[in-house]
Amino acid sequence: MWIVKHRKIFYALIALITLAAVVSLFTWGLKLGIDFKGGALLEVEYPVGRPVVELIKKNLSTLSLGEFTVRPSGDIGYIIRMRHLSEPERVAVTKALQNNGVKPVEKRFDSIGPLLGAEAVKKAYFSIVLVIIAIVLFITFAFRHVSKPVSSWKYGIIAIVALVHDVVVPTGAFAALGYFYGFEVDTLFVTALLVILGFSIHDTIVVFDRVRENLRRNEQYREHKDFDKIVGEGINQTFVRSINTSLTTLLALVALYMWGPDITRAFSLALLIGITAGTYSSIFLASPLLVTVEKWQKKGK
Amino acid sequence: MKIRIIALILIILGALIGYFDYASQKVGVGFVNKFPFKLGLDLSGGTHLVYKADTSTIPASDINASMEALRDVVEKRVNLFGVSEPIVQVEQGGVLGNNEADQKLIVELPGVTDVAQAVALIGKTPSLEFKLLTKDNEAKLQALGMAATASTTAELFTTTGLTGRLVQRATLEFLPQTSEPVVSLMFNQNGKDLFAKITREHVGEVLAIFLDEKPISLPVIREEIRDGKAQISGGFTPEGARNLVRDLNFGALPVPIELASTQTIGATLGDEATHAGVRAGMYAFGIIALFLILWYRLPGVIAIIALCVYVALNLAIFKLIPVTLTSAGIAGFILSLGMAVDANILIFERMKEELKRGKALPEAVNEGFARAWLSIRDSNLSSIITGVILYVFASTAIIKGFALVFIIGVLISMFSAITFSRTLLKAIGVRGQGKISKFLFSSGIN
Repeated sequence: MWIVKHRKIFYALIALITLAAVVSLFTWGLKLGIDFKGGALLEVEYPVGRPVVELIKKNLSTLSLGEFTVRPSGDIGYIIRMRHLSEPERVAVTKALQNNGVKPVEKRFDSIGPLLGAEAVKKAYFSIVLVIIAIVLFITFAFRHVSKPVSSWKYGIIAIVALVHDVVVPTGAFAALGYFYGFEVDTLFVTALLVILGFSIHDTIVVFDRVRENLRRNEQYREHKDFDKIVGEGINQTFVRSINTSLTTLLALVALYMWGPDITRAFSLALLIGITAGTYSSIFLASPLLVTVEKWQKKGK
Repeated sequence: MKIRIIALILIILGALIGYFDYASQKVGVGFVNKFPFKLGLDLSGGTHLVYKADTSTIPASDINASMEALRDVVEKRVNLFGVSEPIVQVEQGGVLGNNEADQKLIVELPGVTDVAQAVALIGKTPSLEFKLLTKDNEAKLQALGMAATASTTAELFTTTGLTGRLVQRATLEFLPQTSEPVVSLMFNQNGKDLFAKITREHVGEVLAIFLDEKPISLPVIREEIRDGKAQISGGFTPEGARNLVRDLNFGALPVPIELASTQTIGATLGDEATHAGVRAGMYAFGIIALFLILWYRLPGVIAIIALCVYVALNLAIFKLIPVTLTSAGIAGFILSLGMAVDANILIFERMKEELKRGKALPEAVNEGFARAWLSIRDSNLSSIITGVILYVFASTAIIKGFALVFIIGVLISMFSAITFSRTLLKAIGVRGQGKISKFLFSSGIN
């Protein structure tokens, strides 16, 4: 009940977080990974010790690569980012990276043409929009028998409001992480967003489902409870479950972030942020919004 | 009593599946060893190449056939490389835009990290082309004489559309008199018709043969050739002729291709990623198990057993389908560990409520399950929808791998909640009415 009662405070807090995310997104923007903007990434290791960065930069600058960056990786390696390379160019780059004639070990090489990148961006937008539409349709369908006092498509719309928040928060966080720590947004990040959408709706559905059940019970036993009370009870009853499920998932993600492979580290971080956002938005935003919508309806009459 | 026997059978089944997962990983020969985990390139190390095919010159109706032919040719070349289980597949522009002209060829070479060699082998285009030289141009060519350069001569020839693509079979022969090596060509039906038409309409003209853009032979058409056979004698060395025959039989690339993306992952990096993934998975399992016991006590133990069965079932299915595991796939599996507990938690929480309402344990288990089921079904369906969309629109193999693991995980978690957790809870809960069992079945700080 306390959640429904103080909903305006939670709305304000959530609005504040969302605003911060949006501001971060617009001031810093996202740093796109090479799978979106095209480009190449080369990770090399020098088992007998790596040369200094300046030397590598000097050698690479003799090739017409345009802009490139060299970042140390681990104790003996470097990650070099540059534009998309053709095969002969790649050979030239590996040659330029030799240290006193010793060839470095090529651990990873990714080169993605701009066309593929553009296609990946298109697919990413499309899949996010599609997931949101599919989820709204699904909710509208799943709650089709619920029409009083709030009709089922409104459950869908409210779910979207929460979903938009769940996507905006990790995206804003990654804009900031990109600015301060060089985190990039790649296809895995988009995958994380989609999973967050699915997970968060998971949570929202559990609460909505409880509200649906309580409404039925209310009709059946003619309890004549107010709608806000019914929603409040629904939240209370699902509160522990929502927190616990998210907690086990977050625990799994923390393990993945701490001990998992480097390649999925940013991915697990995005999920950690998004699933946290998804959990509190189901409890503190989506469900109280049902009450708010019902109040608006009453006023309109 | 019956429920306990069923529960016991389920546990034994789970243990057997777990044993299958374990035994099939051990080195040795036998039936179970036929089911190893299939690791994606990012874990096993190797090269992933994406080629964009230029289909602009091919009529739309022929694109699919040409791409199939391209795939076959590249596959043959890749097989020459001697890599185990290479993958060569055509990918259409995709569901998006659905542009027929947007065709890609994906080549995966496990274990190959020498990109230069791979690219050279695949991209090699021994282009064989027949070009006409009109009388006028023949005079010009002679006038140019020695001064002729490759580019100026090339302009004088007109393309006929007759290329190595239309060659059905090439054989190496030696002329009886001089024992000079020649290459005999047999055109396919289209090539035969085209060859007949060209030779009919251009009797007396030169039909030059170009190999790799250079004219190697300038024979004059004497009469119409209907049988679709041609012979090239271009001053070959036996070695050169043999190579040409091989390349023609393996086919020149029927569609020009351009390298659009290269990804190489060294074996060590792949190993590191695999180990880190397995380690993270074990830690995740441990932490979740600890939480479940501390919070849910006895039902928590049941949830852990259910989770063990969940893991065993998942791994077995990864092996049997087989699912290509990528680093993202492992991440998806670890994520699904956390989510799989959800169904159990939902049931437990509902059960607890029923207990609070004063119901007896067995009844509470039944009620709790029945009420939780709707939520479990609806919420998992939304995850499956997400997973399917993710799978269909995945732009990389890594993400496809993630989506597949995710979908399988959700399905199995639903299945194991319905069968496993419910049966075990019932089997254990039947008798407990005392204070101790109440303690065991309550949770948190209650």
